Amino acid sequence: MIVCFVDDDELSAQAVGFARRLGDVRAVTFAGAYQPAAWAKALAAQDADAIVAAGSDRGNELLAHVGAVLDQPFAANAIALDGDTVTRVRWGGSLLEEAWLHGAPKLLTVAPHTQPAAEIGDVETLDAPDDGSPKVLERVEESSGGVSLRDAKVVVSGGRGVGSAEGFEIIEELAGLLGAAVGCSRVVTSAGWRPHADQVGQTGTKISADLYVACGISGATQHIAGAKGAKKILAINTDPEAPIFASADYAVIGDLHEVVPAISAELRKVRG
Amino acid sequence: MTGGKMVLAADAQALETKHLGFTISPHEECAVEEAVRIGGEVVVLTLGPAEAEEQLRDCMAIGADRGILLKTSEEWDAQSTAAAIVDAIRAEGPFDLILFGNESADAAGFQVGIRVAHALGLPVVTGLKKIEVQGARVRCERDVGGARDVYEAPLPTVLTVLEGLNLPRYPSVPGRLRARSKPLTVVEPGRPEQKLEKLRLVVPEGQGKQAEILEGAAQVVAVMQSLGVA
Amino acid sequence: MSTVVIGGGIVGNSLTGWLAELGVTDLVQLDKGPFPNPGGSTGHASNFIFPVDHSKEMTQLTLESMRQYREAGTLHECGGIEVARTEERMEELRRRMASAKSWGIEDCRLVTPAEIKELVPFVDESILLGGFYTPSVAVVDSLRFGTVMREQAQAKGAQVFANTEVTGIDVENGAVRRVRTTRGDFDAATVVIACGVWSPRIARMAGASIPLTPAVHQMIDVGPVPRFLTSKTAVDFPIVRDMDTNMYERQDGQGLEVGSYAHRPILHEPDDIPSIEESATTPTELPFTQEDFELQLEHALQLVPEVLGDESVGIKYAINGLLSLTPDGLPLLGETPEVKGLWAASAVWVKEGPGVGKSVAEWMVHGEPEIDLQSSDVARFYPEQRTPEHIKGRTSEGFNKTYGIVHPAEQWESNRGVRVSPFYERERDLGAVFYEAAAWERPHWYESNAQLVEEYGVQGREHEWDARWWSPIINAEHLAMRQRAAMFDLTAFCVFDVVGPNALDAVQMVAARQMNVPNGRVVYTPVLAPRGGFKSDLTIMKMEDDRFRVVTGGAHGMADMKWFRDHCPDGTRIEDHTSSVCTVGIWGPRARDVLAAITATDVSNEAFPFSTWQELDNGVIASRISYVGDLGWELYTPMERGLELWDALWEAGRPHGVVPAGIGVYGTTGRLEKAYRAFGAELDQDYDVVEADMAWWKVKEEDFVGKAAHVAARDREPAATLCTLTIDELSRTPLGREPIVREDGSPLVDAKGRRSYVTSAGMGPSIGKYILMSYLPPDARDDLYVQYMEQLYPVTVDVVGSRPPFDPDNERIRS
Repeated sequence: MIVCFVDDDELSAQAVGFARRLGDVRAVTFAGAYQPAAWAKALAAQDADAIVAAGSDRGNELLAHVGAVLDQPFAANAIALDGDTVTRVRWGGSLLEEAWLHGAPKLLTVAPHTQPAAEIGDVETLDAPDDGSPKVLERVEESSGGVSLRDAKVVVSGGRGVGSAEGFEIIEELAGLLGAAVGCSRVVTSAGWRPHADQVGQTGTKISADLYVACGISGATQHIAGAKGAKKILAINTDPEAPIFASADYAVIGDLHEVVPAISAELRKVRG
Repeated sequence: MTGGKMVLAADAQALETKHLGFTISPHEECAVEEAVRIGGEVVVLTLGPAEAEEQLRDCMAIGADRGILLKTSEEWDAQSTAAAIVDAIRAEGPFDLILFGNESADAAGFQVGIRVAHALGLPVVTGLKKIEVQGARVRCERDVGGARDVYEAPLPTVLTVLEGLNLPRYPSVPGRLRARSKPLTVVEPGRPEQKLEKLRLVVPEGQGKQAEILEGAAQVVAVMQSLGVA
Repeated sequence: MSTVVIGGGIVGNSLTGWLAELGVTDLVQLDKGPFPNPGGSTGHASNFIFPVDHSKEMTQLTLESMRQYREAGTLHECGGIEVARTEERMEELRRRMASAKSWGIEDCRLVTPAEIKELVPFVDESILLGGFYTPSVAVVDSLRFGTVMREQAQAKGAQVFANTEVTGIDVENGAVRRVRTTRGDFDAATVVIACGVWSPRIARMAGASIPLTPAVHQMIDVGPVPRFLTSKTAVDFPIVRDMDTNMYERQDGQGLEVGSYAHRPILHEPDDIPSIEESATTPTELPFTQEDFELQLEHALQLVPEVLGDESVGIKYAINGLLSLTPDGLPLLGETPEVKGLWAASAVWVKEGPGVGKSVAEWMVHGEPEIDLQSSDVARFYPEQRTPEHIKGRTSEGFNKTYGIVHPAEQWESNRGVRVSPFYERERDLGAVFYEAAAWERPHWYESNAQLVEEYGVQGREHEWDARWWSPIINAEHLAMRQRAAMFDLTAFCVFDVVGPNALDAVQMVAARQMNVPNGRVVYTPVLAPRGGFKSDLTIMKMEDDRFRVVTGGAHGMADMKWFRDHCPDGTRIEDHTSSVCTVGIWGPRARDVLAAITATDVSNEAFPFSTWQELDNGVIASRISYVGDLGWELYTPMERGLELWDALWEAGRPHGVVPAGIGVYGTTGRLEKAYRAFGAELDQDYDVVEADMAWWKVKEEDFVGKAAHVAARDREPAATLCTLTIDELSRTPLGREPIVREDGSPLVDAKGRRSYVTSAGMGPSIGKYILMSYLPPDARDDLYVQYMEQLYPVTVDVVGSRPPFDPDNERIRS
């Protein structure tokens, strides 16, 4: 029996799909305020051959707790399990590790966007008594007013090629026309041109947009790790050999300082 | 590690590091910065090869007071890493806070901090973008996409943090010079049996995408319309 | 067939631009990286230029480069100060004042610590003794300039390909034929390697060698500096070179760049440079190695405590940047001696890039650059100087001399003893002090002659700098030669034969003087560049109807050999005898007695006149010429019989009091009092035969390189004439390259804009005067001074032209 922790999200559906290929699945969840240590204790108490969750913030956190409670190894962000051999993602997806996952039950999370989603089906709500460990006391909604990077349908993002904080005006203009969120690469936040909250990447936000427009971004692996959740990627870069094009569906080879305003102008034109 | 293309060493057990520089993972860099900002004595600890002394000195250059290097000659899994850290912390005097990066850039196991907390019987809060120490308690916030979840924990506690928590400072020249003479303890722990036992590393095949070249803004807008976003 | 330039850094771009400008069509430029920064050394260069250098050639290239940067609007003048922490360095800065004046760099001045503080308020002047301020020091935008040049070439039709890696170079019949790349093949008759640190790897694809090594230069960038927040330009303050610590500090916007040449030499192999894909930033920006920079941080902190002592100023960027080092510190330019049509433009820094681009383009298109590139000629190296040991040894040793105080006669310590003559053991037993020439060990003087110093009453030199790399024994050996005779080891000569049915045509084309002479003659001849300057000077022995033997100086021998080879018609070839023949010279009044004692051949003046050669009965080839102005011969014999010859001369010489003498006599004292010119000192492409006062009575009918220019020069008044000067008081002894000035310190400038400077300096022991040679304009004959270490010493023009101060009628050599 595979116990699969689920949230009401796309990644959980992918995790269930993965778990079903391993065996019979019990989809479980919890009610009430999030209390990771307490929830993990309840998960650890289940009789299971494997305990699985999505490789989300929550999934990874819960399984790490389960591993600690049971003193068993936990493989984060797996893409395959074959007997004792697990294949998992490292370096934000630029390397895979094959490893023996000793012990039982098998504890793992499923790397996002690497598995087809499945119908989650029935979900059992487990009981997790408050054990006094830290839990969510309140949720403060951010009143940014803008579109959240994580959930935006379209993200328009700028990299080193934008050249300066002021250079983002044309990125913001295009984003405004598309109702998109503005993103950026790590170079940009390190340079102080944009806040860290705008960073797309392994150590920033992992997006799940329908279209990601990457302007003047070379495409370092740590950036692609955050962008690859997008369904389509359109890259604009002067260098035809930029690595970003290897991950892109559409390419415009040209200077973003000319291309981006031209797209904005064209959008205005077609909209009359 | 800093570098471009991932190239594996001949035995596929590690990356080829001939051309690479090493650096602290971004989350951990923020953890060190936060510790220095919170103040008090800051001890920085890592498990890694002898060369990791350089990263410990980097931390001391921005304000950490001393360092502990758990010297290893090969990679350790998360469970044994956590156990070695627990031993080292137990050998230390009392402390108020143990800060970790939420996950390392390379191994990305998402678990060392949590395992250490359990072993020491301490509370733990992870994935933090804000930390406020208020007397004997710490109030902290975690980004959950458009909102922030607020947690509290009594000291001593374990916290794991994310990049964006702060903007880490660059070391100053006097800081660099001071770092040379700050104390560094080197411990060589024994490597236990690995329970997540690495067999090999593999460079994944490229996505092999052949991007469609668009000429001109009109084509771009047409594509946006076909995707239903324009 | 295309001309292909490989490389898109400052050199490749400048060169491509200039080739297009000079009318080269079907021009292709490639780089394996993207533009504008393909990832070579240009991309991380600190981009500042200090124009003053002791080398005329490097200064001319730098000044030309600054002119081009300025014209393209990519130069920002900010001034620069080389500061001294020690008195020894102050002396070096005084020496730089002389070089500035000799090479025409205006407004340089020595400044006090207080003046330094005023110019650069963030330094701690209390640790300084003074500085050398050059107002024209500038920072340039080398990437922007390169883009401008590349785009100009494209506008003229050049094809430019980024992201194109060279995978091979095909050579057919010794000439380049094709460049293979990841973008396909390019048929090419001319290929230039302008690949910086990768040049050796690319040259090897064609079977050629470019002897350089990639080496690390460490640099950090700190900021933001509070004082710079209000700066109006990227560089508001003069750049500071902290010479004694081998470091520099320059403003860069709100930051300060601190660079070092002080750390241990960190050399790399060109094949080990990471690929673009493997690199964190670019292939030539390697991870910083902190431990190599520790001491440098302390030094920098001493000089600029206001900036680096500020806790709010962070180290934002730190790299081990790769740059190119060569065994002698000079660039590698020109056609490779191994492959026809394959050119090198390597080991060039940002400060020389545009000048090199123009000069190499001229060389390729016109056959001669406007700036004499003899010191940078890639053909200059012997095989012994292209070995990994030599390159590693010399570049390691040279790296820390980047800001060093290098005496003009300073000797290398690494990789010595590589080429030794058969007499080496004997010389060592005689206490020879060996200097190096073309990788050969040559005695400069012999300690065994120390007792001659007292015998001849030779004076020492008071000042340590003047006496460094010198000995009074040299003058004593000289006097013994003039009185008795002396033996010289001249094995370092480069000796090669031009052989074949058309050998005469080849030597006629190269040599300015008549070479259609009877067998047995020896001809001393200038070798001219197309525009009439000196390409070389050497002697040629007519051996047989189809064989001429060229004997030339070791230092320039390889370039000479290439020049002859380039002018050999089909069927005529070069035979190199340099390593199979050794040479002993014997000169002095007793030379004939000594030679007669070891041969039955008649060596009387009648049987063996001056300017002839003969094979003696013992197989030795004897050539009766002299570079020291005395009776005597150069004696050539196979290497394996060299020791026998040396020992025979030694034994025969004992009754006559013959001494061994070193190159100190042969190259300086002996020749100077005879007003004999030296290539690379008096003779270079900037001056012609008439100005050197070496025009012979008649120009030969046959054509030769530089003939038209030479004929024209004979028809006009020379703008300057090479003169022999003597210094009136002997408290200091200039060592060469100092300016000749008027009483007010103003320079002498001739009608062609050239300044008068000391081409050679040294004692004339037999005339009892210290000699300086210099080209002087016609109106400069009286009230002249030499500027040495910021003092003016009066000089007298003894001779205008080539008449020797000693034995003016040449009775000795003809006796």
